[in-house]
Amino acid sequence: MPKDFGIGASTKRREDVRFLTGKGRYTDDINLPNQLHVAFLRSDKAHGLLKGVDTAEASRMPGVVRVFTGADFEGVGGLPCGWQVTDREGNPMQEPGHPVLARGKVRHVGDPIAAVVADTQERARDAVEKISADIEELPAVVDMRKAVVAGSPKVHDELTSNLCYDWGFVEENREKVDQAFAGAHHVTTLELVNNRLVANPMEPRVAVGDYTAHNGESTLYTTSQNPHVIRLLMGAFVLSIPEHKLRVVAPDVGGGFGTKIFHYAEEAFCTFAAREIGRPVKWTSSRSEAFVSDAHGRDHVTRIELALDADGVFQAIRTETFANMGAYLSTFAPSVPTWLHGTLMAGNYGTPLIYVNVKAVFTNTVPVDAYRGAGRPEATFQLERVIDKAAIEMGMDPAEIRRKNFITKFPYATPVAVEYDTGDYNATLEKLLSISDRDGFEGRLAASKAKGRLRGFGLNCYIEACGIAPSQLVGQLGARAGLYESATVRVNATGGVVVMTGSHSHGQGHETTFPQVIADMIGIDPGMIEIEHGDTANTPMGMGTYGSRSIAVGGSAMVRAAEKVIKKAKKIAAHLMEASEGDIELADGKFTVAGTDKELAWGDVTLAAYVPHNYPLEDIEPGLEETAFYDPANFTFPAGAYCCEVEVDPDTGAVTVERFSAADDFGNIINPMIVSGQVHGGLAQGIGQALLESCLYDVNGQLVSGSWMDYAMPRADDVPSFSVDHSCRTPCTHNPLGVKGCGEAGAIGSPPAVVNAVVDALRRAGHTHVTHIDMPLSPSRVWAAMNANG
Amino acid sequence: MYAFDIAKPATLAEAVQAMKTGEAQALSGGQTLIPTLKQRLAAPSVLVSLAGVGEMKGVSAKDGVLEIGGAATHREVAGQRHYPGLAELAGRIGDPAVRNRGTIGGSLANNDPSACYPAALLASGGSVKTDRREIAADDFFQGMFATALEADEIITAVRLRVPEASNYQKFLQPASRFALVGVFVARHADGVRVAVTGASEGGVFRWTEAERALSADFSAGAVSGLKHPADGMISDIHGTPEYRAHLIGVMTHRAVAAAS
Repeated sequence: MPKDFGIGASTKRREDVRFLTGKGRYTDDINLPNQLHVAFLRSDKAHGLLKGVDTAEASRMPGVVRVFTGADFEGVGGLPCGWQVTDREGNPMQEPGHPVLARGKVRHVGDPIAAVVADTQERARDAVEKISADIEELPAVVDMRKAVVAGSPKVHDELTSNLCYDWGFVEENREKVDQAFAGAHHVTTLELVNNRLVANPMEPRVAVGDYTAHNGESTLYTTSQNPHVIRLLMGAFVLSIPEHKLRVVAPDVGGGFGTKIFHYAEEAFCTFAAREIGRPVKWTSSRSEAFVSDAHGRDHVTRIELALDADGVFQAIRTETFANMGAYLSTFAPSVPTWLHGTLMAGNYGTPLIYVNVKAVFTNTVPVDAYRGAGRPEATFQLERVIDKAAIEMGMDPAEIRRKNFITKFPYATPVAVEYDTGDYNATLEKLLSISDRDGFEGRLAASKAKGRLRGFGLNCYIEACGIAPSQLVGQLGARAGLYESATVRVNATGGVVVMTGSHSHGQGHETTFPQVIADMIGIDPGMIEIEHGDTANTPMGMGTYGSRSIAVGGSAMVRAAEKVIKKAKKIAAHLMEASEGDIELADGKFTVAGTDKELAWGDVTLAAYVPHNYPLEDIEPGLEETAFYDPANFTFPAGAYCCEVEVDPDTGAVTVERFSAADDFGNIINPMIVSGQVHGGLAQGIGQALLESCLYDVNGQLVSGSWMDYAMPRADDVPSFSVDHSCRTPCTHNPLGVKGCGEAGAIGSPPAVVNAVVDALRRAGHTHVTHIDMPLSPSRVWAAMNANG
Repeated sequence: MYAFDIAKPATLAEAVQAMKTGEAQALSGGQTLIPTLKQRLAAPSVLVSLAGVGEMKGVSAKDGVLEIGGAATHREVAGQRHYPGLAELAGRIGDPAVRNRGTIGGSLANNDPSACYPAALLASGGSVKTDRREIAADDFFQGMFATALEADEIITAVRLRVPEASNYQKFLQPASRFALVGVFVARHADGVRVAVTGASEGGVFRWTEAERALSADFSAGAVSGLKHPADGMISDIHGTPEYRAHLIGVMTHRAVAAAS
């Protein structure tokens, strides 16, 4: 039985007290003495030659301190890309420059051209309106397939084309895959779009740059998921500031979803301008600005083929995907459609042959990068949709065709270069069929029919790879960073503990779950433990939070550091109790000597560490503080099965999600309540993608869904009460906690279930011509599908 | 937003006077105007807040006509019991924050092509009272965001004929939750009126073909066979003209079924 606070307890989130009472300290709450404000002039054209920028009138406006243009960044580096992908022929991707402020050309609506620094935000905006930018408009590159045709206008003139890379995976298998298709009993083909999304965290991005001339130190306060990564990228590649002169602080952050991983121009600008002017410079994004400057997500166009034998056993998979990079390479953009996508194409199935081709394309749109799931939702969606289509074509039950192809023996090496350490896909599928009451569907279908509604049942499985690792491997794959995590466990003299972690919390609940682990290891109240994160000045260099890595990688680092602490504390205890170190046990906050009634409280030993009057100084140093860096041996592989039941209004095409069930295997779980919350949030985002959200550009590269008046965010009443189960547990075999990660599962696993359910509803109602509808399944699209050739 | 002065008249006479100054703009709830100002899409020199004008408050019913002060909020309209179909419509505009601020006068003066009130006024029949005249409902709406109001004219009250039966059906645009198509059906002693919002490039309009059919036979079956043409319907990312035209039929059918 879990205690009410240790591993396995649904401890209430301690951070919520400040979040829910307005006591959070977000970047926009930071206002420094003498602070100035910046407003950016952003391009209203998607593509054009920037022939000149006249800032004379703006410079004379009241309150204006200085106006910057691209020319002011002579000698300053561009925004770097953190991952280099190698193409099918072994050549590096095409990697264009990404200036902080546009030079020579503007390449997307929202591209920053100039910046006014003034004493108030309103005055900065007033002056921006007085800047005149001479832009000769060029034809916009918007459609990915047209962009790679010879003769297309080029986003970057210095590149040979708009093709960033043409990636084949695994290239050596290509011919074998083609042969398998040539001889297949049945081939199911599906063309689909993974719709472009805007992350829309509740808190827009903010940056405050500060500079102290007397010691030459720069500080950046920013809305980031990974302050150390920003320090490294901005310091080393953009502004040439060594780490010891650059501090990056990411305080409370109001949601990230991936879009706050990346290093953005506004961060570099504020840091640079603060140094140039000698006063703090602050930027706060408006929601409108966020739509044209935050990295977008997804935006793939895919053709997938699945070859099957007569029994429905998968023989081979072949895909061709066009992946939108936008106008510039955002920090980790090249990795998303490749290593975070191609490696997941086996899914939960033992398909022996797989070939994935991805063409990454530059267009005159906002850069695209990781968004909750990052590549894995795209892989899951196409695979689980084509399987459903194959089941229809072969007259098989959607659960049965999956069951027949499940991987059942672990470890399992996929044909796409990863090794699943553990899993039990039958267990999660059976759990799903039980909690979703599939057997009761016919009754619910009849009830829907009686009120004039169509009803459908859709299920799918998913697998994801979390805690991307190890560093040595990802380095070979093109990552320009390590992917370890760090923690320092500092025990104070009276026994309290502070953990300084490189993981960043922006809603995940680290301040609650991390202490649960330490409390469990030592046997002390979690109230004695604090978590520090988000400030490069007081935490060891860590890689931050994304890819569902915090507990699996950051938590493991913390466990390693705590193990070192406990080992040392036991030495001290052994000395104090005049016992052998090997006989010392620690439980419930007490050190005992095996086979005796000797005991010492945790606090007695920690005090001795700092007041070493009676202490083995010849063997160990005073103090009780240890740091660990943990580089995992492998990814973790959470998996599960999801099911959606929808009703469709046959008169309007409106879809309502009536039931949604999720059976996940996350391995061991620290806090089941927080895990359920993560799944709930992910499901809401996945249902949002499936039914509502759509980031659309017109042919001129204008963003037509540039506000919440046209970009449909999921609201509470768009989702049902979820049925979430995570009792199926196959612990990860290679990290100390046996944990896998749960942050992205909901967003990865849910879109195919929704689409499968809607297609099922339409087909049951006689619209058997419908085999696919592209997301979002808006009422108008569903109505059009019902009425096309029907 | 750009800097502006604000006037807070307590009487209609003061409000009329304030509207004559500079680039004055009436503020009546501001649920559209304030976001517009924040985006710097408008630059009035004076905002004349109508919230404190005593003559523009209140709701009263007399001889089958409901008179609502121009500054009455959606919440107040939702709370009146004289005209249930209108109360239901008002109670589903926006969210509670919008309904506590937004006003019927402000909404009608703005005449957003997807707003709800224009359909109610047009289907009810009646008039718009201003600081200088009374404008018949049928003459008030003149296309998207266009009305018969002069630039400085203030809606002081709205007079609606209370029908024998009525219902409003709104199909939500998924993002804004304004009406993608909204249909207000009102059965009066002298005939049925059907007003459609959200659908047309010309703004709110009456579907006369449905009105004729329903005046002869007020039943859902009477409009089952009717199809509104797609010509002139709005085309955007949320729906084609054909889809909107189809929804007009569906929503009309449902409104009649609910009202009968």
